[in-house]
Amino acid sequence: MKNIREELKKRILLLDGAMGTMIQQYKLTEEDFRGERFKNHECSLKGNNDILSITKPEVIKEIHRKYLEVGADIIETNSFGSTSVAQADYQLQDAVYDINYACAKIAKEVADEFTQKTPEKPRFVAGSIGPTTKLASMSPDVNDPGFRNISFDELRIAFKEQAKGLIEGGSDLLLVETITDTLNAKAALLAINEIQQELNTNLPVMISGTITDASGRTLSGQTTEAFLISVQHSKPLSIGLNCALGAAALRPYLQILRNKSDFAVSAHPNAGLPNEMGEYDQTPEQMAAQIKVFLEEGLVDIVGGCCGTTPAHIKAIAELVESLPNPSERGAFPTHKAS
Amino acid sequence: MSLHPDYKEKYKYKWTNLPYLTLSGLEPLILTPETNFVNIGERTNVAGSKLFLRLINENKFDEALSVAREQVENGAQIIDINMDDGLIDGKAAMVKFLKLIAAEPDIARVPIMIDSSKWEIIEAGLQNVQGKSIVNSISLKEGEKQFIEQATKILNYGAAVIVMAFDEVGQADSFERRIEICEKSYRVLVDKVGVPPQDIIFDPNIFPVATGMEEHRKNALDFFRATRWIRENLPGAHVSGGVSNVSFSFRGNNAVREAMHSAFLYHAINEGMDMGIVNPSMLEIYDNIPKDLLERVEDVLLDRREDATERLLDFAESVVATAKTIKQDDEWRSLSIQEKITHALVKGIADFIEIDVEEARQNVPKPINVIEQHLMNGMNVVGDLFGSGKMFLPQVVKSARVMKKAVAYLLPFIEQEKGQARSASGKVLLATVKGDVHDIGKNIVGVVLACNNYEVIDLGVMTPLNKIIETAKAEKVDIIGLSGLITPSLDEMVYVAKEMEKEGMSIPLLIGGATTSKVHTAVKIDQHYTNGQAVYVLDASRSVTVVENLLGDKKTAFVQNIKEEYERLRETYSKRQQTKEVLNLAEARRNKYKIDWKVNPPQQSNFVGTKTFSDYSLKEIAEFIDWTPFFKTWELAGKYPRILEDEIVGNEAKRVFADAQQMLKQIIAEKWLQANAVIGIWEANTVNDDTIFVYENGNKIGQLHQLRQQSKKAANVPNISLADFIAPKESGLKDYVGGFAVTTGIGIEKQIARFEADHDDYNSILLKALADRLAEAFAELMHQKVRKEIWGYAANETLGNDDLIKEKYVGIRPAPGYPACPNHTLKTDLFQLLDATNKTGIELTESLAMYPTAAVSGMYFAHPEAKYFGVGKIEKDQLEAYTEANKLNDEIAERWLGSVLGY
Repeated sequence: MKNIREELKKRILLLDGAMGTMIQQYKLTEEDFRGERFKNHECSLKGNNDILSITKPEVIKEIHRKYLEVGADIIETNSFGSTSVAQADYQLQDAVYDINYACAKIAKEVADEFTQKTPEKPRFVAGSIGPTTKLASMSPDVNDPGFRNISFDELRIAFKEQAKGLIEGGSDLLLVETITDTLNAKAALLAINEIQQELNTNLPVMISGTITDASGRTLSGQTTEAFLISVQHSKPLSIGLNCALGAAALRPYLQILRNKSDFAVSAHPNAGLPNEMGEYDQTPEQMAAQIKVFLEEGLVDIVGGCCGTTPAHIKAIAELVESLPNPSERGAFPTHKAS
Repeated sequence: MSLHPDYKEKYKYKWTNLPYLTLSGLEPLILTPETNFVNIGERTNVAGSKLFLRLINENKFDEALSVAREQVENGAQIIDINMDDGLIDGKAAMVKFLKLIAAEPDIARVPIMIDSSKWEIIEAGLQNVQGKSIVNSISLKEGEKQFIEQATKILNYGAAVIVMAFDEVGQADSFERRIEICEKSYRVLVDKVGVPPQDIIFDPNIFPVATGMEEHRKNALDFFRATRWIRENLPGAHVSGGVSNVSFSFRGNNAVREAMHSAFLYHAINEGMDMGIVNPSMLEIYDNIPKDLLERVEDVLLDRREDATERLLDFAESVVATAKTIKQDDEWRSLSIQEKITHALVKGIADFIEIDVEEARQNVPKPINVIEQHLMNGMNVVGDLFGSGKMFLPQVVKSARVMKKAVAYLLPFIEQEKGQARSASGKVLLATVKGDVHDIGKNIVGVVLACNNYEVIDLGVMTPLNKIIETAKAEKVDIIGLSGLITPSLDEMVYVAKEMEKEGMSIPLLIGGATTSKVHTAVKIDQHYTNGQAVYVLDASRSVTVVENLLGDKKTAFVQNIKEEYERLRETYSKRQQTKEVLNLAEARRNKYKIDWKVNPPQQSNFVGTKTFSDYSLKEIAEFIDWTPFFKTWELAGKYPRILEDEIVGNEAKRVFADAQQMLKQIIAEKWLQANAVIGIWEANTVNDDTIFVYENGNKIGQLHQLRQQSKKAANVPNISLADFIAPKESGLKDYVGGFAVTTGIGIEKQIARFEADHDDYNSILLKALADRLAEAFAELMHQKVRKEIWGYAANETLGNDDLIKEKYVGIRPAPGYPACPNHTLKTDLFQLLDATNKTGIELTESLAMYPTAAVSGMYFAHPEAKYFGVGKIEKDQLEAYTEANKLNDEIAERWLGSVLGY
């Protein structure tokens, strides 16, 4: 297995694009989601994309394959919502470990196929850890600011279970992403630290926050720099931003991450902002043009797509990355960071 | 320039190869080499701030948040939060406070320092901050193993850490021990745990100096030197400390303390201390410290002379003595006329005020100018000092006395010159509402407002609705302020608000008094007064700000804020109403508190009937006084006797306590007050679960109907009523209930009138407060007499005053209008049974307040299982049972029980 830190020194790594957007195209039915294992499950499972890693693994593998074919170096597991907290909506808390394990296992199988074909371009599996559906530092009730519908410890336990499945299923690294509340992320990072000690592993961790408004703050109110300071103790492989705003709007905040940290910087924005129908209509060319600016300014080391992006978008970005001068001339990425 | 022999210049940061210490709240805080000093707010610390402790104790988290907000607004770059107090659930308080802070962006923007000596509180704190905080503190005290465990956790939670110079041997108290422990700690943290060096902050122990103990002489100097050594030798590590400790032995002498803090910081920063917990209001500017004082302070801090401590102590005493001498020698009499008047107002000296005012009057064109200029200038100084916490309420009330005396002297001259109107900042009408006779708080508000140049029209107590409205209109007042202490007053206030609305008035309506609350104002009053704004005012010290805001140019924004806040409160309230679970009365009765009467039979009584005590010995009563509430009246927070030594309010508490003792002697010697009491013990049984039937010779002579808790309880938790503590009729057992009414207020009017004629609010309030205390003491005394002799069920009881205050005795004496029996109408029944008005002179007003106000009445329950509880909200079915049992109509009953109705 190649070391991702070594690869990062050599080149800009390409992350894959959206999973949900791709799954929609398969027009799967309730029966597809349930599969054999959950055919008698008490509530509806349609829309629970993560469960497809168990019930329709061939679909998920095909999507991974499409991204790998256009050049993705890192594919994200289909486990964004696979914590007991989020799966409670489907009454599938008991299946959480299995889902994560399956997500990592099938991603790893596909990634290995490609690594074997082109060993000089190793592919990596990032176990995706989403923010869950509840926030640890914000009240869901505007009239009761001291109220919380989840505690740090509940989150830590949920994340630990998820991370265990992802690690044991074969992930090469973990990606704590779409962070809206830094306290949730801190719970995830603590959980990862704990489980890695218990399993005696040392997988690199990518951290990716979400800036939700034009003032450059997370949903829980932190500036980009405060966010960085709050999570840097976990010594991540990379820190970055994803989702919410389109690529163009991320630029000033990526600059902050680049200037204020020694970590690699990642970005996987949406395909622009959703239109009135909730669809993303930024074309691959439009998105690539915006990302080109990041690359020219040396702002990012890992780049990919989030909501609304497709293999076509990743392909456009891949071509962009290909066209760049070789990394030793990039200059922007400090070489001592991978300690 | 350095105090450490190995170094010469002011400390210069040298570890530039290391990253900076970075911290975050919602925003980053980065300590760069250029950062001179990071100021850590210390007031959100229950161990250091009596005010904050009180707020947390009383669960006033909103106000506790204001303390935090104020600190940040005043420049604290980090706020230290400490909830370590024996009486507080520190972990719960820490978590709750941090969660609330998370919702306040103007507080949460700065990093938090989680301060506790308990690891579980620290860890709970770490789980509730999204930013990178600082843990304060860990040390090698319990050994290296625990130190490593805790440091590892802190590292994984992502926080920086303060390390105390403390190890298994003890706390470092010399230069050598300080550096030994700090170096050992540093090596463990960096080499074994992997803590980034810049995230380590040492607290090398700031200890008091000038204590008189030989071994304390180098406390400051050793700290300075250790600071320097740490910053020169332990790469990246920072140094912090709690500064106020150093001046501990000069408590009460702020001039010396402030100078000492500044001088200490000056040298500590010079040696490299770059963070510190500091009270900015206790800091003199270094350059402004008088040279002779500075020299003596530095002699002590730097241990420059053998006799440094003695010299500073002498000097400190002379500072105090000089001040006293000036007063005694009247040296201030030689100051300018304005200075004299200001001095008299600030110090509350009324002796010369008429002479001074006359002198001033000679020198101005119109007599009114003396008020507008000399007196107002002086009162502005008072207002500023009070506003900044440098004067306390008792002092301000004394100032007001001087002010009133001066104005009274000038009035005849002013009236001679017609057409002159004094230009006050605004006119405020104050009244205690109809049916209520309590006025201490209202009077204090009046005084404080008058001190701030507001014209106050005080309508006194028991003010009928129409008098309030008429006076407000006739006098064209700018604000109406209503006060009340008993719960029926809450409804009276609602009537006033409705009437103001009807009359088309739109001036602000202030609501205050012990039973009032922000929620009540928002939910019950504000909505009925849409033309104007109803505003809840927590205490006298808030009244000025509120009035200023309401009459000033910021009114619109201020009112808008209140409107929004009250709207939120209403929503929360209505939500809470919707979510509560209640039982119907039948279910609640089934779940009553069940005493096993066979195992614990009723306490038989030596006596039945009533006993009257007239003109009881005040001296004897005074021994039973619980002083703590007395200080609360003066808005001085703390428990007696500890309050007398309190760092912040101790001096003032001592003063007002001394005045109280003096007056108490006079009250007793000169028989200012008469103490009367009547107690009764009757045979009784509970009938229909909730009504206590009272018998004489087997005939029913009255009843005491009790309310029952109706909220749904956890399993095995009963729905209690006081009636549960009396054996039910069907048990066939003989049981008893008692009643009492005591007063120590007979004759008080004459004394009050005397003080008021002399414009002496201070002594007037002091007397009322003392009379209240005596009444409570009298109730305590009578209760003991009943337990030990009259009823006699606890003949062998031997409890001191402390134990009595802590209610360690068997049995209870709940009072109508309090949580266990919120229905005031019980007083009517009780007074009838006791014939209390005839026997004691206590009268009941139409709102069932007792007059004189220095009075207490209630019931005695003797059963060992009897205990205090809160009835909480009751439902419609219980109201109906209540009206039925008491033969009232629903509307009247609803009015009496308004505050406990849950529907």
